[in-house]
Amino acid sequence: MLNKIWSGMILLSVIVAAFTGNIGEVGTAAITSSKEAITLGLTLLGVISLWTGLMRIGEDAGMMDGLAKKMKPLLRWLFPDVPDDHPAQKHIATNFIANLLGLGWAATPPGLEAMKSLQTLNPDKQRASKAMCTFMIVNMSSLQLIPINMLAYRAQYGSANPSEIVGPAILATLISTLVGVAFAKIMERVVR
Amino acid sequence: MRVINMISDLMIPLIFVGIITYGLAKRVNVFESFLEGVMDGFQVVVKILPTFLGLVVAVGILRASGALELITMVLSPFSEWVHFPPSLIPIALTKFVSSSAATGLILDLFKVFGPDSLEGRMTSIMIGSTETILYTMSVYFMVIKVKDTRYTLSGAIVSNLAGIAASVVLTYILFGA
Repeated sequence: MLNKIWSGMILLSVIVAAFTGNIGEVGTAAITSSKEAITLGLTLLGVISLWTGLMRIGEDAGMMDGLAKKMKPLLRWLFPDVPDDHPAQKHIATNFIANLLGLGWAATPPGLEAMKSLQTLNPDKQRASKAMCTFMIVNMSSLQLIPINMLAYRAQYGSANPSEIVGPAILATLISTLVGVAFAKIMERVVR
Repeated sequence: MRVINMISDLMIPLIFVGIITYGLAKRVNVFESFLEGVMDGFQVVVKILPTFLGLVVAVGILRASGALELITMVLSPFSEWVHFPPSLIPIALTKFVSSSAATGLILDLFKVFGPDSLEGRMTSIMIGSTETILYTMSVYFMVIKVKDTRYTLSGAIVSNLAGIAASVVLTYILFGA
């Protein structure tokens, strides 16, 4: 999938640039954005590692098991193929909670762990299981309740009331998540 | 606003205090656990960095080439028909690929229209209720080497389109003239 999208994006850009006369800018952009990616990557390295370090303390103290236990009814309904007390439940719960709190960068490590645990339950290692599809769809349906970054940008650009968008954003997020869950649940039944 | 600011200021320090005291109470060797977790984090980042670089470069090229403007031009009759401001198309498209790439475009829009304009509010709500699909999917599935992602992409697109539609409708209801 990414194969096509990625090459399509680059090829389309170069072709368009040839017509719009932006071909020089494209070369410059390729170099500067690769540098930008590494700079961002270094920030990511710091922030994610700090977070996984903290999370490990919580995990070793049994915090995540407690979280997963509280969310068990929901997890059982969303992921009927995941047996109770399987490590996947714990990682999924941690990922959802980090997302809800708007800690997007903190959601990645438990999310990847969740995928690894789900892979151990997956009979066909090349193909996504239903549980993986549901998990990814819910994860990407935007769970974040308060868009903290947006509030900061709005304040920075002189909004009279930066937080006026919080209410509608929560409602829109809820709608996107419900639609995502409904889609996943229908597909789960339709496909084999 | 003050409450929300306070919550977001307090969030990270509180997480530190909460986790460390909980760990100490459970007699965990907290610093040792922390170091193990940091090592895991390093490995995660090293694994996702190639994907990240590939996508950031692709979006950088896309922005510089003028292709976004071209796509916007092609899509604007349709977007006007559904009352979606064409100036938001590049943001919605870029956010689909990578959220850090979309940030630059969002700030540009705030500069031009202001955050309290219809466009500014709609963008704020839309960004708050959509998620980066391409980046997330490629990283998560790459780590476990799954090739066939089945209905994940279509599900994510459907749910994010619902989020965008809801943002548009809510903006007109709450802030529309």
